[in-house]
Amino acid sequence: MTNNVVSLAPAIELKGISKAFGPVQANKDINIRVMPGTIHGIIGENGAGKSTLMSILYGFYKADAGEIFIGGTKTAIPDSQAAIAAGIGMVFQHFKLVENFTVLENIVLGAEDSGLLKPSLNRARKELKALADEYGLNVDPDAIIEEIGVGKQQRVEILKALYRKADILILDEPTGVLTPAEADQLFRILERLKEEGKTIILITHKLREIMETTDTVSVMRRGEMTATVKTAETSPAELAELMVGRKVLLRVDKKPAEPGEMILEVENLKVVDEQGVERLRGIDLNIRAGEILGIAGVAGNGQSELLEVLGGYEKGTGTIRINGQELDLTGSVSDAQSRRARGIAHVPEDRQREGLIMDYAAWENVAFGYHHDSKYQSSRLFMDNNALRRDTEEKMQRFDVRPPNPKLPAKAFSGGNQQKIVLAREIERNPDLLLIGQPTRGVDIGAIEFIHQQIVALRDQGKAILLVSVELEEILSLSDRIAVMFDGRIMGERLPNETDEKELGLLMAGVAGEAA
Amino acid sequence: MDFFLLFQIEVLDSALRSAAPLLLACLAGLFSERAGIFDIGLEGKMLAAAFTSAAVAAVTGNIWLGLLAGIGASLLLSAVHGVASITFRGNQLISGVAINFLAAGLTVVIAQSWFGQGGRTPQLTGDARFAGLELPFADALQDVPVFGPIYNGLISGHTILVYVALLCVPLSWWVLYRTRFGLRLRAVGENPAAVDTAGVSVVGLRFAAVMICGVLCGLAGAQLATAEPAAGFVKDMTAGRGYIALAALIFAKWRPWYALYATLLFGYLQAIALRPDLIENALGFSVQAQLLDVLPYILTVIILAGFVGKAIPPRAGGEPYVKER
Amino acid sequence: MSDGKMPKWADVTLIPLISLLLAAFFSALVIWAIGESPWDALKLMVDGAIGSTYGWGYTLYYATNFIFTGLAVSIAFHARMFNIGGEGQAMIGGLGVALACLYIPWPHWTIALLGASVAAALFGAAWAAIPAFLQAKRGSHIVITTIMFNFIAAAVLNFLLIGALKVRGSMEPATAKFPEATHLPSFQDMFSFGENALFRGAPANVAFFVAIAACIALWALIWRTRLGYEIRAFGHSETAAKYAGISPTKIIMISMLISGGLAGMMAINNVQGEAERLVLNAVEGAGFIGIAVALMGRSHPFGVFLAAILFGFLYQGGAELALWTSIPREMIVVIQALVILFTGALDDMVRAPIERLFLAMGRKPKREEVV
Repeated sequence: MTNNVVSLAPAIELKGISKAFGPVQANKDINIRVMPGTIHGIIGENGAGKSTLMSILYGFYKADAGEIFIGGTKTAIPDSQAAIAAGIGMVFQHFKLVENFTVLENIVLGAEDSGLLKPSLNRARKELKALADEYGLNVDPDAIIEEIGVGKQQRVEILKALYRKADILILDEPTGVLTPAEADQLFRILERLKEEGKTIILITHKLREIMETTDTVSVMRRGEMTATVKTAETSPAELAELMVGRKVLLRVDKKPAEPGEMILEVENLKVVDEQGVERLRGIDLNIRAGEILGIAGVAGNGQSELLEVLGGYEKGTGTIRINGQELDLTGSVSDAQSRRARGIAHVPEDRQREGLIMDYAAWENVAFGYHHDSKYQSSRLFMDNNALRRDTEEKMQRFDVRPPNPKLPAKAFSGGNQQKIVLAREIERNPDLLLIGQPTRGVDIGAIEFIHQQIVALRDQGKAILLVSVELEEILSLSDRIAVMFDGRIMGERLPNETDEKELGLLMAGVAGEAA
Repeated sequence: MDFFLLFQIEVLDSALRSAAPLLLACLAGLFSERAGIFDIGLEGKMLAAAFTSAAVAAVTGNIWLGLLAGIGASLLLSAVHGVASITFRGNQLISGVAINFLAAGLTVVIAQSWFGQGGRTPQLTGDARFAGLELPFADALQDVPVFGPIYNGLISGHTILVYVALLCVPLSWWVLYRTRFGLRLRAVGENPAAVDTAGVSVVGLRFAAVMICGVLCGLAGAQLATAEPAAGFVKDMTAGRGYIALAALIFAKWRPWYALYATLLFGYLQAIALRPDLIENALGFSVQAQLLDVLPYILTVIILAGFVGKAIPPRAGGEPYVKER
Repeated sequence: MSDGKMPKWADVTLIPLISLLLAAFFSALVIWAIGESPWDALKLMVDGAIGSTYGWGYTLYYATNFIFTGLAVSIAFHARMFNIGGEGQAMIGGLGVALACLYIPWPHWTIALLGASVAAALFGAAWAAIPAFLQAKRGSHIVITTIMFNFIAAAVLNFLLIGALKVRGSMEPATAKFPEATHLPSFQDMFSFGENALFRGAPANVAFFVAIAACIALWALIWRTRLGYEIRAFGHSETAAKYAGISPTKIIMISMLISGGLAGMMAINNVQGEAERLVLNAVEGAGFIGIAVALMGRSHPFGVFLAAILFGFLYQGGAELALWTSIPREMIVVIQALVILFTGALDDMVRAPIERLFLAMGRKPKREEVV
């Protein structure tokens, strides 16, 4: 409704924002203008500096240089308090909610009217009802946060911002934890907010979301703002090119698969977590030598548990056979060790929490999980650290790890080079089956291509590969077969050339197609 | 053999007196830990307060000045803990250990330097210590059956700090669950990021909690050294009470009313440990005093083991808060 | 620990040194405040602790205790566990030594030393086993349980020393004197030649060399064996350890058993080597000093060795101070507290400015983008 007023001051204007963390320049001379009543997208790869920029806007970091204008007036935002006062609300990627508080308590927290709680809670209850009616944001005010789903939790975050009278709403990667259906619902809410005159900044690395919801879009690359364009006047291909600085090969060159013997057979696999929640509800799948089975799905639908139970460090029931031999599913440590002996290698989803010891030197990480291997021992008692260092040097050479220094700790390498270290360790075991989760998460584009090539090359050597990824594009371009997981089940299997993102999206949302 | 000997007024009275400093220290720990700051330095703060209150009371002859000084000393150590664990994000456990030793050492060093009595303060008398308060009509009601002896023998006659300790229980409950400050304090112990992004200072809240902890530990220490029948400070006089309070806190699952029950239980154990004769008469066999002394610790280990109900600490407890991108 | 923000040498030498200086400064302040001269006090300490072989004999005796307890805390630190229970484990280790020395007829001190070491380690490890098990299996916080076990250990010892183990007819809560064959050679026995009596009357004994051997063994264990690799990996990241097939239960149990065993082994020095019987409060807080020693020594066996010598010096020097000045022995506890405070809890306060200094000096670390 305000879109037609031309002379309006921008809701937010950033001028020359720069921010460095030590030697790393996270933001360099960023300029941006967002008009009120619009949805503005900020797109860029992981590590492009999007989140840093928004943290500056929300008072989490102080910019080294630059100015912020809110509604035309220069505004200093030294802390979150100031950001809230300036009418900025932020929905973080990881929600900032107190899990064992009620919805109402979370909304009131920090925005209480007085020293006593009762009047604040009573007023908030009324206000919440009004907001719910106005924007279609229904949540039970007395529900405990940890007992409601992520979609609802996100609504609580939006309500928190609205309760604080935010006019500008920033959402950081809001759909990462949502099903496509929930995401659509979110975007409808954002549309509604926009109609009511709110300004919305949407940070994402997903092109589709940008194209579908935003009015304007800014592209960030390596800490710099490379372009700002009207969404209607651009294309996904152009945005992708702006994001990575050159034309992107969206398809991986590969020959058709030549499946051989059966390597992995999984029957009726179930996993129950510590809280007694069933995470896997009877999975059946199989992979032959020389083929890649891609598992698509929204994060948190059992993919992690599938990898963990196959990797041997999660308890399960059912049957897993590798090369016809049945595996123990007790989830005891010996399992994780014996899996490796049986020819199962595993590049885990989260290399920083699982795949690597960030404080260990690269050479120590190269033995990680294989530290019992006889070639790394100098005697029955001691490890052969020199042999390890030599081995690491060779691996670094072959996988083009930079800098090629085995003595640096893992945390000193970039995401892509960390991933190469893990990949080198796992692939060079010459496994029959490679489990690989989110192979390119947080990896720079050059390394992505390299990693994809390695995966395909391994397949062509006749290995079986189980690929788990939340990036549909990656699944579509690498897999020979695609299985979609939802809520601990496999919703269906498709061949990549007989399906599309839309069909997979429906399956990912739990809408079953015809039986696979 | 008379089982009820163990529950005679005299024993319960002594249990209540023993429980008071435990209760104050336990509530002190409760505020700190509910805000996400582990505090194993309760012992040291109590000890510092015990010495300082007794020393100042001895020198000035005024117990109120003594009490203030005791609270001041405890606050000072709280500030050290706050700076180490909040400002510099140090290890809260290690900081607590350091504070315990600092107090254990400094109290003796200073006591020796000031009074030259082998780490003691002089005997406190008269206005230099807290006397028991006779509640109204205590004597008059003595003859009323049941209620009279309980009122006169058990409820009346304690020092003001005992009543303060008891009053702190509903007060703490009210602050934690009925005020804005309490909501924020509990939130910062569960998820400081939620508090921070809501525009409230995590550092400020945690310091406030640590300081409340200091005040309560100050009261606990003063009660130990300056309230009848105590009459001054002796070296290492807390004798593990800070740790028992910590145990009580776990026992109480970080809740104020439960803290009262837990400290009353532990106070009772301390009281009967002093009366082996009663135990023998009541039960017909003797119980080693050592066993009674360590019963709070053993009970806490059992609780911690999770065999009898799980004690779940505040989720952000012990973790320094670092903003994440 | 090293973040790549400063050279390793600065991390392992400069930071502890500055922390130590800060602790020394505040200790001097306390001494000055109670009306004594810090300088004179230091001279007296140096003279008393390392000015004679007698002084050294005490310094090294104390250091032996602290090496054992410092190593105990260190190995637990590597597995990211804080074992505050060294005190109790050392007490129970003493019980093991006493039982072994009193009830087994040893033919010679060498075998007695071996046997007593095993007994001490087993008893100490057993005392650490329950908190370790509760941590591994029930998630009970090991700091709290080990504190509780310190008190329980004291009660157990108290109970036994006024009961079953007390010498009949004696009022003193102590065991009988150990038999002659279990007595360990002191430094005086070992290093005096003819007229020239060195270390006369000082309690340092052959256990010191056992402590050095323990340092070397632990160094090899931590940095050269698969077990050490697994312990450190677990200490850095429990989630990663699980992925690699390293059992958290196993690591928690083993590292705590080693830790408890090392703390227990202190008893071959203070119980078998010095007192030659078990008395109440034989540990004298050495279990807690282990925390300061481990922090100061950066959990590295060589660092622990140096820090233990330093604390041995402080202990003996402090005793001398108490003897000749009005500074009570508890001054040591103050110094110990300050060392723990500055090297442990306030580490970041010392570290941050130095890191900035190194960054400013342009010694940019080799690291790629971290964003």
